[in-house]
Amino acid sequence: MNKTSAFLTDATICIGCKACEVACKEWNEVPEDGLLWTGFSYDNTQALGASTWRHVMFLEQPATAGPQQVDMENPFRWIFLSDVCKHCVHSGCLEGCPTGAIVRTDVGSVLVQKDICNGCGYCVVSCPFGVVDKRHDDGRAFKCTFCYDRQSAGMMPACAKTCPTQSIKFGEREDLRAEGIARVQELKARGYADAQLYNPEETSVGGTHAMFVILGKPDAYNLPPAPEVPTVYLKSAWTSALLAAMVVIAVVCAAFLF
Amino acid sequence: MPGLGTTYGRGGATTAPSDVVNSDVVLIMGSNMAENHPVGFQWVMEAKEKHGTHIIHVDPRFSRTSAVANTWVSLRAGSDILFLGGLINYVLQNNLDFREYVLHYTNASVIIPEGFKDAEELDGLFSGWDPATKQYDNTTWLYQGVKQDESSSDRHDNSQSGGHSQHGVDSSVDLSTYEQDLTLQHPRCVWQLMKRHFARYTPDMVARYCGVTKDAFLNVAKIYTSASGPDKTGAICYALGWTQHSSGVQMIRCAAMLQLLLGNMGRPGGGILALRGHASIQGSTDIPTLFDSLPGYISMPKFGYSSVDLASFIKANKPKTGFWNNIDKYIVSMLKAFYGEHATAENDYGFNWLPRLTGDHSHQAYFLDMMDGKMDGLFVMGQNPAVAAPNSGLERRALGKLKWLVVREMVETETATFWRDSPEVTSGELKMADIQTEVFLLPAAGHVEKDGTFTNTQRLLQWREKAIDPPGDARSENWFIYHIWERVVEKAKADPRPRNQGLLALQMNYTITGPRREPEAPEILQEINGYTTADRKLLKTFGELTADGSTTCGCWIYTGVYPEAGRNRANERDPKDEYGHGWGWAWPADRRVLYNRASAKPDGTPWSERKKLVWWDEAEKKWTGKDVPDFTATKPPTYVPPPGAEGDAALAGDKPYILHADGMGWLWVPVGLNDGPLPTHYEPLESPIANPMYAGQQANPVGLRRTRPGNEYATSPDTRFPYVLTTYRLTEHHTAGGMSRTLSHLAELQPEIFCEISMELADELKIEHGEWVTLVTARGAIEAHALSTSRMKPLTIDGKRVHQIGVPFHWGYNGLVKGDIGNDLIAISEEPNVRIMETKGLLCNLLVGRRSTNVERLKEYHSIAEGKTA
Repeated sequence: MNKTSAFLTDATICIGCKACEVACKEWNEVPEDGLLWTGFSYDNTQALGASTWRHVMFLEQPATAGPQQVDMENPFRWIFLSDVCKHCVHSGCLEGCPTGAIVRTDVGSVLVQKDICNGCGYCVVSCPFGVVDKRHDDGRAFKCTFCYDRQSAGMMPACAKTCPTQSIKFGEREDLRAEGIARVQELKARGYADAQLYNPEETSVGGTHAMFVILGKPDAYNLPPAPEVPTVYLKSAWTSALLAAMVVIAVVCAAFLF
Repeated sequence: MPGLGTTYGRGGATTAPSDVVNSDVVLIMGSNMAENHPVGFQWVMEAKEKHGTHIIHVDPRFSRTSAVANTWVSLRAGSDILFLGGLINYVLQNNLDFREYVLHYTNASVIIPEGFKDAEELDGLFSGWDPATKQYDNTTWLYQGVKQDESSSDRHDNSQSGGHSQHGVDSSVDLSTYEQDLTLQHPRCVWQLMKRHFARYTPDMVARYCGVTKDAFLNVAKIYTSASGPDKTGAICYALGWTQHSSGVQMIRCAAMLQLLLGNMGRPGGGILALRGHASIQGSTDIPTLFDSLPGYISMPKFGYSSVDLASFIKANKPKTGFWNNIDKYIVSMLKAFYGEHATAENDYGFNWLPRLTGDHSHQAYFLDMMDGKMDGLFVMGQNPAVAAPNSGLERRALGKLKWLVVREMVETETATFWRDSPEVTSGELKMADIQTEVFLLPAAGHVEKDGTFTNTQRLLQWREKAIDPPGDARSENWFIYHIWERVVEKAKADPRPRNQGLLALQMNYTITGPRREPEAPEILQEINGYTTADRKLLKTFGELTADGSTTCGCWIYTGVYPEAGRNRANERDPKDEYGHGWGWAWPADRRVLYNRASAKPDGTPWSERKKLVWWDEAEKKWTGKDVPDFTATKPPTYVPPPGAEGDAALAGDKPYILHADGMGWLWVPVGLNDGPLPTHYEPLESPIANPMYAGQQANPVGLRRTRPGNEYATSPDTRFPYVLTTYRLTEHHTAGGMSRTLSHLAELQPEIFCEISMELADELKIEHGEWVTLVTARGAIEAHALSTSRMKPLTIDGKRVHQIGVPFHWGYNGLVKGDIGNDLIAISEEPNVRIMETKGLLCNLLVGRRSTNVERLKEYHSIAEGKTA
C-alpha cells in the first residue's frame, strides 16, 4: 500500500478549545451552521455536517477508570474529542457516488469534488458514520477535504496545524496507527483501563484515515462499534431481489399455466 | 501586580509558560488556564504527558482545565486565602520549607519591632489602623532597626495612588539596616510571626469554610509541598480568578510566599505565572494604560510636597539601596523621550508638565464621576465598557451624561450604540432624545493591519509586520495618536496659556510615511529602547542610562530590545535553547526566568544538577548558565558590600531580589501594601457566611464599596440573595465579544448566554435543563439559559448547603448573537491596592422564567425575594 496520510485524534489530550473547528472553517471558508444554543454541555455544534467538518464533542459522564482525582461524591469526568470525516479505507460514500464526484486522492483521503457533485445524495445515505451531508441552500454534498489543497502544497491540515496541545496529530497512516496503539498501552499502564484505539479494521470499512484514542465505548462518541460499507450488502440484496423476481415470474407463469 | 511586586520586586510573571515542562507539580488556582490561555496551556499538557508533572486545579467550577488536570479540588469562591493560608500553615507546622533558601534569600529571619500587632490579636486589623481615614500607617510593619526619614510627609497617604507601580520601595526608610535572627527563634522574627499568624489555618478550618473535603485538601498539600528542595520545583499559575477579588492582591501574596517558603523562585520549573488574559496586557502595564503609573513602573507623581519638583520626586522614590536607586536616570531619560530638547536641567526636564494625581482616577472612579456629571468627554479605545465593565448598567447610564464620546473600534460595539440599543433605552427607562452625548465611532485597524509589538505573559516582546492595509478609513493607534496630537498642538499654538505648555513641548519626532501619513513604528520602539540624546546611538542596556539628559529612553525596562540600528530583537525568530533566547526579547535584558540568581546556592553553585540554571563560574569570574543572569554579572557570590554602599553595590552576592532595598524575597512586606504585611482572610464584599476568622472584620477593611443608588450591596449573608455568583469567560469568546460575536464561526460556538448550576439546585428550584432563568443581584437582573451540570458541585460550608452559580459575561445587544450582559450583576468596588472590582464572588438570587421588561423590575425582584424568605 502507498504511504498515505491520516489523523490521530486523542481525546485524552484534547482541551476542548474548538480551535480545530474554527481553523477548518476559516481555511476552507465553511459557512455558518446555525446559531442555536443546545444545552448539550459546551457542544453547540452538535454533529458533523455539510457546514461542520470538525466537531468537538463534550461528554460529561461517570468516570469508569483512570487515576484522575476529582473532589466529588461520585466519580466524574469530562471528555472532549474532535470528530472528523473518517476517510475510510473502503469508503461508502465513494462507492455510492454515481457521478464520480467522490474520488480517492493520492494521499489516501476521500474527496468530494464540488464542481462535479450533482447533489443526488447517494453518498449521504452510504456513509456509515453519518458524515457526508447536503447543504440545503446549495444542494451539493460537502465534507472534510482533509485539506487536500494544503497537503498538495506540503502543509498539514488546518485543524492539526492549529491544535495547541497536539491532540490532533497528522502524519503517515501506519506510523500514527502504531503511535495510537502505543498510546493506548501507555494510558492503560497509567490506569485508564478503558482506553482504546478506534480504527475499525475488522469490518468492511477496513480501517480509517482518521483514528481516535478514546476512553470508554465508541458508542458514547457517536462512533459506530461495527460500521459497514453499504456495498457489502449488495450480494445479499441482489440475491434477495433475484429471488423475489423469480418468485414473481414463477407466480405470473403459474397464473397462465393454471 | 503589587502582590508579586512587593514580594519579589517586580510585578510581572516570573517565568514563561514553556518553563512548566521543568516543573514537578503545577498548581493552577484562580485561573481557568486551558480555556482562557489554550496556547500557553500546551506546555502544561506537555509537562503532564511527557514529563509526568502533576497538575492540580483548585477552582469553584469543574472547567475544561479541571477536566485534564490530575487533581481537581472544589473551592468556595473568595475563600482562597483560607486555602492558601492552609497550605502555608501546613508547610510551617511540618517544617516542609526549603530552609537554606528561606534563610538566605527571604526576610524570614528579620525582626519586627514590638509595636506591631497582628490581625490575629486585633480581631482582623493590623496595627496602624486609622478608623477615621480607614487606612493603615505602616510604621509598625517596618523592620526593627531601620532608619526613617519623617520629612516625607505624605508617605502614608494612599488616597491618590492605585499601587500599580508598587514593588515595595519607600525611600524614606533604609531597609538595608535590619536586625535578624538566623536561628528563626526570636519571637518577633518574621518566621515566628508567620507561624502564629497562620496557626488557625488548619486543614479542619479549610475543610469547614472552603467547601473541600479535608482529605482532598491534605492531598493537595502533600503533593504541592513535595515540589520543593534542591531537586524539585513547582509552579503556580493564576489569572483573574485571583485578581478580581476585594482581597485579590493578598491572594497572590499567599502564593508568592508559598513559593518563597518552598524555594521555588528563580529556579527552572518554579515561579509564578501571572497569566495575562489577552495579547499585550503585560505590555499595557509596562507602558501603562493605568492612571497611577508611568512607563517602566515609575509612580505617577502625586499632587503634594513629594512631587513639587523633580528633586523632591526623586528623593521620595529613590531608595538608598537596591536597583531602584537608579530611578533618577530612568525618569530623566523618560522625560527626554517625552519632551526632547524642551527637557533641560533648568526646567527639571519638564517634570512639572506631567499631570499630578489628585485622587482616585481609576476606571471605576471616573465612571462614577461621569455618572455625577463631572466629565465632559471620553475616548474609548480597545475597550467596551457597556458590556465589559463592572455594573455595566450603571456605566451605560454614565455614558449618557457625557457631552461627547469617541469610540475607536473595529466593529460597532455596544459602547458606541448605548444611546440607541441599550436595555435602558429599549425598556423605556431612558429616552433616546434625552441622551445628549455626541458619539463618534472611528474605525480602527486590526492587529494584522499594523506594525508593532505584543508583550505577552512571559514579558516577551514579539514584533509583528503589517500583513495588509486596514480597510477604508481604519487606522492604527500610532496613526490616531500622532494625528490627534498634531491637530491639538496646532490649536494650542493659538492659545499660549501655561496649561498648554506641556502639550506644546511634547515631541513626536517620527518619520511619517506613505499616503496615509503613518508614523514609522520601528522608530517608536527605538525611542522606547533609548538612545544617546546627542547622536542617537541606540543603547544596549539600562545600565547606560544617565540622569543628566544625555540619554533618551521611553521605558527603561525595555532597553536592549533595539540594541543597534537594524537589529530589532523583538522581531528575531531563531530560538537557540530551551528558554527561547533568540525568539523575541523578554524584559529585562532578555532574562527569561526572573531572580535566577536564586537557582544557585548562596555559594554560587547549582542547588542540583537537575535544576541548574544560572551559576557562578569561578574561572571566568562571572555568572553564567542557561539564562541571562538576573544579577550583576561580575558580582561574586562572596561579595560583601562596603559600609555606606548604595544602589546595587549595597546588596551582597547572595541577595537575588535585586529590586528590593534589602535584596531579599519578602515573606513579610514592610512597605508597599495598603492592607497588611501578611495576607489574612476576609470574606468577599458579599458572602453567604460571616467571616469565620474575625467577628469584627467581615470584609477587607481597606476595600472600597462605592455604595450609592445603583451600586448597592447585599448583606452577608442576605436572605434575598442566597447563592454565590461567580463570572468568567469561555474559550469561544473574546472578553466583551466585540471580536467574537461579530464572526459567525466564533459566534455559533457559544451563541447564547447561560448560567451553570448544580443538578441539586436545579432539582430544588424545579428548573428544567436549558430553560430560561433570571439572575438577580442588588444591582441588576439578567436572563440566561440554565445549564444544570455535575460540574457545579454543591458545597457544605459550616454545615450549611451553599450553591454556586457561574455566569459567562460575553453577550450584549450588538453582533450576530445577542444576550443579556453578565456584568450588569457586578458591583463597582475597589480592591485597596490596585482598585480592581470584585467579580468572582458575589451573591445572587435565581428565579425561574425570563427577565421582566418592566422598568421597575429590580424593585419587584427584590421584594419577591424578600416575600419568599419572609
